[in-house]
Amino acid sequence: MSPDSDLQRPDHGVAADEPADARGTNGSASADGGAQLQETDGSGGKGEAASQPKGVAGQASSGPELKAADRGGPASWIQAPPGMARSGDAISMADRRLARRLGWFSLGLGIPQVLMPGRINKLAGLDNTFFKRQLMRVVGLREIGAGVGILSSQPKPAEWLGARVAGDVMDLAMLQAALGNPMNRKGRLLFATANVIAVTALDVAEARKHSQALKDSGEELSLKGRTSITVNRPPEEVYRYWHDFQNLPRFMFHLEAVEPRGDGRYHWVARAPLGQKVEWDAEVVEDVPNELIAWRATEDADVPNSGSVRFVPAPGGRGTEVIVEIDYQLPGGAIGDTIARLFGEEPEQQIKDDLRRFKQVVETGEVVRSEGSPEGSYALNQIRWRPAQPLP
Amino acid sequence: MKANCWIRPNHLEVQEVPEPKILNSRDAIVRITTTAICGSDLHLLDGYVPAMRKGDILGHEFMGEVVELGPGVKNLKVGDRVVVPFPIACGACNACVNEMYSLCENSNPHAGFAEKLLGYPTSGVFGYSHLTGGFAGGQAEYARVPFADVGPLKIENDDLSDEKVLFLSDILPTGYMGAEMCDIKPGDVIAIWGAGPVGQFAAASAFLLGAERVIVIDRFPYRLKMAAENTGAETINYEEITNVREALKQMTGGRGPDACIDAVGLEAHHHSLPIYTYDKAKQFARNESDRPYALRQAILACRNGGTVSVVGVYGGFIDKFPMGAVMNRSLTIKSGQCHVHRYMKPLLERIEKGELDPTFIITHRMSLDETPKGYDIFKHKQDECMKVVLSPN
Repeated sequence: MSPDSDLQRPDHGVAADEPADARGTNGSASADGGAQLQETDGSGGKGEAASQPKGVAGQASSGPELKAADRGGPASWIQAPPGMARSGDAISMADRRLARRLGWFSLGLGIPQVLMPGRINKLAGLDNTFFKRQLMRVVGLREIGAGVGILSSQPKPAEWLGARVAGDVMDLAMLQAALGNPMNRKGRLLFATANVIAVTALDVAEARKHSQALKDSGEELSLKGRTSITVNRPPEEVYRYWHDFQNLPRFMFHLEAVEPRGDGRYHWVARAPLGQKVEWDAEVVEDVPNELIAWRATEDADVPNSGSVRFVPAPGGRGTEVIVEIDYQLPGGAIGDTIARLFGEEPEQQIKDDLRRFKQVVETGEVVRSEGSPEGSYALNQIRWRPAQPLP
Repeated sequence: MKANCWIRPNHLEVQEVPEPKILNSRDAIVRITTTAICGSDLHLLDGYVPAMRKGDILGHEFMGEVVELGPGVKNLKVGDRVVVPFPIACGACNACVNEMYSLCENSNPHAGFAEKLLGYPTSGVFGYSHLTGGFAGGQAEYARVPFADVGPLKIENDDLSDEKVLFLSDILPTGYMGAEMCDIKPGDVIAIWGAGPVGQFAAASAFLLGAERVIVIDRFPYRLKMAAENTGAETINYEEITNVREALKQMTGGRGPDACIDAVGLEAHHHSLPIYTYDKAKQFARNESDRPYALRQAILACRNGGTVSVVGVYGGFIDKFPMGAVMNRSLTIKSGQCHVHRYMKPLLERIEKGELDPTFIITHRMSLDETPKGYDIFKHKQDECMKVVLSPN
């Protein structure tokens, strides 16, 4: 494919503007990953500045990677509905995490309520009658239900967050009633009420964010990611390796194969949980030797997706800065869910690991393996590390 | 094969485990002839380093004979006798090219996890938690050595015993780097916290690099005696002379030591029970991960414009860091896990020439089966223990 500055990528162009905007707001809200991601971006930003005089800027209108607005934002993955103008409605990683934590909180509260209702009653300042214990058990079962619901409906737990809000209202009503009963301990009841009010505020805010995003997206979400790494090899060599798309599965673990179809297009096969596969055809839409490769799934793909990689000489003779952007637009239903699971709860970690393995392959010849991670670095496997002893 | 495995904090077991296999083309399998317990292994034993898994094989100081090679290793052959450096380094990334081997950018498969804790990941290390990659360690009969074309040092001189060269794997270069970071000039006085093996080697190295005087601070008389007799250092026992800073001032004409080396690390001890209990409690509650008395004192004791060299291991966060002293008194802090590969050859030459004989620190020789007992003796400093060397056979 030859570079083509007149390429029409209207949908991509629009999408590029808005998430860039979304990054600005959501990125700063994503408390957990914020600091480290911004550091990554600092070097990425420099790379872009350096690359501009090279004449690539002329094509900027067609690609998301050279937008000025893109430069400052944190390289955070966000789930933003494509083509959506209101950035605040997108669900950031931080909000997804918070929703998950609320789910765990429900479980953490519900289980003791069911198993030892007497003690919880005492703690909340309620008198400890048989009826109150049974009531506490019922409330506990409700909490467990909400917790299981939130955790199992990821990444779209909007309804279950709503269930939590309903539960909060019920709890507040019961606490209010209990305050009128002189058998109960007022101080503890007031303390319990204050706690429930605080949690309710959190639940309401989360439920609103999630349901708004769901409404605006029409069930569609997009996984966007951008990260960079420095590889100690000249741009020509790094470009050449990436340009052979059949090499991608060697370091992108979610891919099973990328095969040329002969007409300039490639057939991509992604591995999904439970032996499923997701397949699509993609074409190279931009190819500037030693500088840039951009690809995009063809229109009939079930999961519209696109990606680009830029190769910028690193200052001080340190090789090449490789800057990757990937964008999966997830449709509703099973396929969207499958892809979302493929990238897991921390997609930014996955693409970072892809790049780490890319660096390993280019610099050392292969993916580095340890006894704890015989398949190589793989963020999804963090909880499943083997012990550091030889494999049987 | 037999290997010393971590089961849970303060519990190790020598277990029967599978023999290592080649996983990468640049791997070697080494039959271990001599291995050792390092002071930093005690941090793993005590549970202060995160990301340990039940069954992890410990040990990062080992040497032995090459018994199998991956097709990518051209500079070694089966039968070669090698000492293995504890950091795993690829030799190709920017860190390795700049001889910062313990910062190798490719050798840690768990880099994503390490990055979260430390900001940027560090190299892989044998038998040192999943934070450094989850590599099986060398307190075993065999070990897999990745990037065997970069790390292992071939010992061609059969007259050199294992015990003479084993410590090239870690503690001798670590002590040496601790002294080297002090940028020693003629007439310099160097103070060293910790008279363990690394402190002993740092003292010997400081003299080799031209220090005028070396003062070692510890609380165990047998360790101070060893430093005085084997390296020529002066000593301060901080349980007898509790005001160490004042003592150092008096010993240096009121100037303070030109450079201070922290060879203690995150499990330091403090003579004052309330202060020790305070930090121990914070550490227990995970409010700080490290107990930094030696470091705090080294910073406050160092002369204006001097250097503080930190080779004791720290894991995470510390409290009450005297940054005011560092900034206002123009102190320089230098630190790092040792870039062992850099020092192996020059230090081997010094051993061959007789300028250094690292064997003086060995107090205990045991079989691999007795490893858990060795940890116990070493940890509790029983039987005047300084260094435990293990032989698998």
